[in-house]
Amino acid sequence: MTAVTAPTVTLPVTIDRPQRSAFGWAVRDALTVTWRNLIAMKRTPQVLVFSTIQPIIFVLMFRYVFGGAIRIPGVDHYVDYLMPGVFAQTVVFGSIQTGVALAEDLQQGIIERFQSLPMARSAVLAGRTLADLVRNVFVVLLMVGVGFIVGWRIHTSVWGVIGGIALMLLFSHALSWVFALVGLTAANAEAAQAASFPILAPLVFASTAFVAAAAMPAPLEWFANHQPVSIVIDGVRSLTYGGPFYAPGKVFAAILWSVGIIAVAAPLAVRMYRRKV
Amino acid sequence: MPEAIIVEGMRKQFGSVVALEGVDFAVPTGTVLGLLGPNGAGKTTCVRVLTTILRPDAGRAEVLGINVTKDPQAVRERIGLAGQYAAVDENLTGFENLRMVGQLSHLAKPVALTRASELLERFSLVDAADRPVRTYSGGMRRRLDLAAALVHRPPVLFLDEPTTGLDPSGRQDLWHVIEDLVREGTTLLLTTQYLEEADYLADNIVVIDHGHVIAEGTSAELKAQLGATIVEVGFTDPAIAQRAQAELAGIGLCDVGAAGTMVELKVDDGARVVLDVVRALDRAQIEPTTLNVREPTLDDVFLTLTGHKAEEPASDDDEPAAAGRRRTRGAA
Repeated sequence: MTAVTAPTVTLPVTIDRPQRSAFGWAVRDALTVTWRNLIAMKRTPQVLVFSTIQPIIFVLMFRYVFGGAIRIPGVDHYVDYLMPGVFAQTVVFGSIQTGVALAEDLQQGIIERFQSLPMARSAVLAGRTLADLVRNVFVVLLMVGVGFIVGWRIHTSVWGVIGGIALMLLFSHALSWVFALVGLTAANAEAAQAASFPILAPLVFASTAFVAAAAMPAPLEWFANHQPVSIVIDGVRSLTYGGPFYAPGKVFAAILWSVGIIAVAAPLAVRMYRRKV
Repeated sequence: MPEAIIVEGMRKQFGSVVALEGVDFAVPTGTVLGLLGPNGAGKTTCVRVLTTILRPDAGRAEVLGINVTKDPQAVRERIGLAGQYAAVDENLTGFENLRMVGQLSHLAKPVALTRASELLERFSLVDAADRPVRTYSGGMRRRLDLAAALVHRPPVLFLDEPTTGLDPSGRQDLWHVIEDLVREGTTLLLTTQYLEEADYLADNIVVIDHGHVIAEGTSAELKAQLGATIVEVGFTDPAIAQRAQAELAGIGLCDVGAAGTMVELKVDDGARVVLDVVRALDRAQIEPTTLNVREPTLDDVFLTLTGHKAEEPASDDDEPAAAGRRRTRGAA
């Protein structure tokens, strides 16, 4: 360790702070924490790479291996049916990362620093979910690109695709808040990861993501048709495929589900965070 | 306003474990308080309450006249905290860490950037400024952590075991930085399990053990509680030491030290006693190998107050503690 140089700055007892409303500070603090989380993602690209490789493999597998054996009534090209399901699978499994990263943060000293700073209490959670939203924008756009490469074609319009992506991102944000709760409750990052997968696997696979629900046994079919992941996928299909899948009611229901989940999970998470720290 | 920190009747319980059982102390503005105690004594809990991280179950805690539970936000604007677990972000660079803390301390962005650069320079981290912290050494992290605590120029600073786990030269460096801060008028509350550290840095010392304050005062006052100067006389072998002890028993409270070759006398008036010791040994024709007069160390104080030694730190790398205890004070 090199010798520490003599002081070059004096320490007056005050420092100027700009005036801002509590809400203004809350927004700025959330953006600062978002910036910090995005830098962490950039510097640990493994996480991002692994969370995109898996869905790409799924696209290739379902497009070229299983796709030939799967018949969906009214669908000529399976890939057009498949892609909305892949988007959902990507953001749903990706949302585990919110809980894992939060649990990791809570174990580290930095959270203690945050608690002793005059920053808004909501910033840690808001910054986490916002950074994950940015990540999801990147991941979903990447999957759109992969989809186009393997032959995915839009049956509606550019607006349909934009709407579909927006719906997917809204739902991913809702899930981030759910997994923020998991991250706050879990003892550590590994536990958060382990707790998340069993909740999500049935939601992703017992859904309309890869096959039509009609092919499933009756109780499972009912579940697959009514659970939120299917509803969001059906909503996205309505926007990107239309035709036999045209269902504005599903789009509306998907928005309701997402907003409802945020309305419940976000205040709960903030309350739990405040109590915990 | 003379008191920068006031703690009255502070209690905190975690489940069935009582961490603080009614702690009282005060820190005058511009002074250093050393909160001294072994692991688990309640030092860190005290700091966490005063830095608004924990709410106390009972009692009053004020920083610069502001109640920490009633207006935590105002307290947070005026304090800095650096802990034993360097609270810096591994993925950010040193510069980015300080910039983030500045922004989250609600400084204007240009001020946050200026402070980040100033502090990197002050703590000799300019060369590492643009490297992610995960590439830093332990000492560098500690310095960055301390720098982060100073970003918003807090008038009151809390350092929770700032040198635990550092090597001796790292400790010395950090001590000098802390001395400089104090010279500039910062009020400092420092927790430590190193008796030497409290002795060196603190104006006043509060000794806590099992959530109680068991002693309070300046280093000199605490040592005076022993009512004693210690005269140590060394001999070549235990048999001679035994004989010497018999001869010297009349002069003062007299013990044979652990190695068996050292006789320790705890007395009130060291200078006079040295003469008596020399005369008594001369009379008995016993030749000592060493003769040393010293003030009692805080280690002696701790042993007297609690009946047990300050416990070893839990970590394996307690080299600094061992080194600190081996160091003997100069003759009085």
